[in-house]
Amino acid sequence: MLELYNGSLNVEEILSRWYREYKDKNFGAFINFVGIVREENQIDGLSFDIYEPLLKNWFSSWQERAKKRGALVLMAHSIGDVLVHQSSYISAVLSPKRRVALSLIDEFVEDFKANAPIWKYDLVGGKRVYAKDRSLKLPNSGILSSRG
Amino acid sequence: MARVEFLGPIEREPMEVDIKNLKELKDIFKDDEKLQEWLEISAVAVNDTLVSDLDKRIEKEDKISILPPVCGG
Repeated sequence: MLELYNGSLNVEEILSRWYREYKDKNFGAFINFVGIVREENQIDGLSFDIYEPLLKNWFSSWQERAKKRGALVLMAHSIGDVLVHQSSYISAVLSPKRRVALSLIDEFVEDFKANAPIWKYDLVGGKRVYAKDRSLKLPNSGILSSRG
Repeated sequence: MARVEFLGPIEREPMEVDIKNLKELKDIFKDDEKLQEWLEISAVAVNDTLVSDLDKRIEKEDKISILPPVCGG
């Protein structure tokens, strides 16, 4: 399940709803990760752009990968502005046993950071400043460049 | 005409191009200095699948996306 929201996430609602929805499905482990926007570098918050078609493809391939291990992945992410101390990202893994869930949540979050088509901006004085230094190039970047 | 979309922070309007493959698109962009800064670090998707081959055939209704470096979460 992939959920996208305009603005910050209602963490309590999302996590408790996921818990209610899956607690009777015989998964022994439910592990989640919640990203909270930290106060640093005088930012007011973060802002996000998402390219939904590719994000959906990326998520579907992860759902297939999890399914092969008897697990399920869930994710919620914000679009637009999310202020300091609010949340922009939740991911979760459900699996019959804890080992698979613990391992998958790590792989899932790391792959998300490297490959999910999402662009992050710092909110500074009402402006969006692309977080270029913290961003990662996607595979085969630069193929259309005429430099070098 | 295929459609080219510039995603995230690139902030350019989409454009229509008449090309047979991605090599021809690379040629169209070669003198655009400002865009070259983005192309150096950007990946390319055709119809929402990332591609690695400039010889890839482009059809009239195809959607080409230029994706700069990402950072979710």
